[in-house]
Amino acid sequence: MMESPTVLRDYNAPAARSLRERDPARGVRWGRFALIAVALTFMAAFLFLPLLVVFTQALAKGAGAYLAAVSDPMAWAAIKLTLMVAAIAVPMNLVFGVVSAWTITKFQFRGKSTLITLIDLPFAVSPVIAGLTYILIFGAHGWFGAYLQAHDIRIVFAVPGIVLATIFVTFPFVARELIPVMQAQGKDDEETALSLGANGWQVFWHVTLPNIRWGLLYGVLLCNARAMGEFGAVSVVSGHIRGLTNTMPLHVEILYNEYNYAAAFAVASLLALLALLTLAGKSFLEWRQPELRHGARLKRRNSEK
Amino acid sequence: MVSSRARRRPVIPGFGLTLGYTMVYLSLLVLIPLSATFIRSFGSGWEHFWVVVTAPRVMASLRLSFGAALLAAAVNAAFGLVIAWVLVRYSFPFKRLLDAMVDLPFALPTAVAGIALTALYAPNGWLGRSLQPLGIRVAFTPLGVVVALIFISLPFVVRTLQPVLEELDKDVEQAAATLGASEWQTFVRVILPALWPALLTAFALAFARAVGEYGSVIFIAGNMPMKSEIAPLLIITKLEQYDYAGATAIAAVMLILSFTLMLSINALQSWTLTRNGGA
Repeated sequence: MMESPTVLRDYNAPAARSLRERDPARGVRWGRFALIAVALTFMAAFLFLPLLVVFTQALAKGAGAYLAAVSDPMAWAAIKLTLMVAAIAVPMNLVFGVVSAWTITKFQFRGKSTLITLIDLPFAVSPVIAGLTYILIFGAHGWFGAYLQAHDIRIVFAVPGIVLATIFVTFPFVARELIPVMQAQGKDDEETALSLGANGWQVFWHVTLPNIRWGLLYGVLLCNARAMGEFGAVSVVSGHIRGLTNTMPLHVEILYNEYNYAAAFAVASLLALLALLTLAGKSFLEWRQPELRHGARLKRRNSEK
Repeated sequence: MVSSRARRRPVIPGFGLTLGYTMVYLSLLVLIPLSATFIRSFGSGWEHFWVVVTAPRVMASLRLSFGAALLAAAVNAAFGLVIAWVLVRYSFPFKRLLDAMVDLPFALPTAVAGIALTALYAPNGWLGRSLQPLGIRVAFTPLGVVVALIFISLPFVVRTLQPVLEELDKDVEQAAATLGASEWQTFVRVILPALWPALLTAFALAFARAVGEYGSVIFIAGNMPMKSEIAPLLIITKLEQYDYAGATAIAAVMLILSFTLMLSINALQSWTLTRNGGA
């Protein structure tokens, strides 16, 4: 694509040649190779090698050690807890994402852009602070600490706290992907259905939902990856009780800090596989619906104006 | 005319219900917990807040968190631009795979990234081994913090620049070339000026993500107080010592800085769009 200017330049070749004293096309080609080499080297050092390290370290002590680490009862407890937390947090944020996107894209009201900013807020908050906020409310010295203790309800250092922290950090994911999709589709379909006598629920179920299904899946996929992998926020509220409040990332940390590297990387490799599956799913959905690609967010801001 | 047509359209139901649900859910899970942090941190008085925040160890951790995040965002702005450029403009084998891999830091849990980077950059690791003779120590130093932050914030730069690069008008570049500008001159005089707002937004997004990061950093940092201890870790340390006032004070400082940043990113993004002619 960079060739055309060079071709143009060759028409007044004598002047151009004497000025530049070399073949400009060759310069362009070398520049291109150099840039591709820089990009590949940077990506290798920061993306590919780390990923490769996870799998080689996981298998460093052989397949037997790998299987033992992955099938350890404590690892299983962590896997089950991670799946359970995601099974609660993702649907909660899925419902919120659909409902908030409906409000934002189907109606005009004052303060809409403030509402969008507030939904994005959890992205600007350190995960550690997200965990801290729930300690301040539900912890022993928190606002409801005394009440919860008196009624023997455990939220912090127990599963409910982990779920809350996970919901917080994955809060904007579904809404953020759905809003641009629903904005692009407008509300003509819904209005037509309504004028034909459908009720609100029928419109949502038979008109809106089929229209947004790929965007919805996309949001759920990203939300789920973060929910299963969250570390900072969960670390603050979990209390690290083995077999009870240890999620997979926390289990990786414990094994690692015990210098049990092969086992730590074995459990980590399961999470890395999840990441690769997420990327594959993401690419598939972007292929199904190209608007989902990275440009969507900028375009969304644009259409709000 | 527009309003008369709008009046004939059927009214989509559910405004009160969906707005109400959105507000309640948002308040219960995000707004009230966050305000708790501010109420608690200023609850013990300004004086105490100031004493906590200006303690040398806290100052050192804030300096590291913000300094390393700035540096990582700057490195990513440069190399992220190269990656975005290569992915948008050139074609080469496995390009789609590389493009998909840019999102790895979004998808890979931070704890996994942390132990992987540590293994890679430790003195006996694949890359650490070759850096050691050069006198460069990455793992267990502040440089390790920067490496981890580069990893987690890279996609923000690439994904912000890609759509802008895709929509750049190539006619202007060809015009510059026809007028005798070299590749480099065209880049500096034509492309870069059009890219500035997006580059700034990308930098700010990367910085915002990096500054609060915890999971990937704590493994590679070594976590020595005053040296390689990040602010989020100090929050956790203070929590474990039941120093709630101390933990919330640091959290409040970070929140205020992050919110300021987020508002400037929003302003930057609308500037980017006006600069690009709303394309």
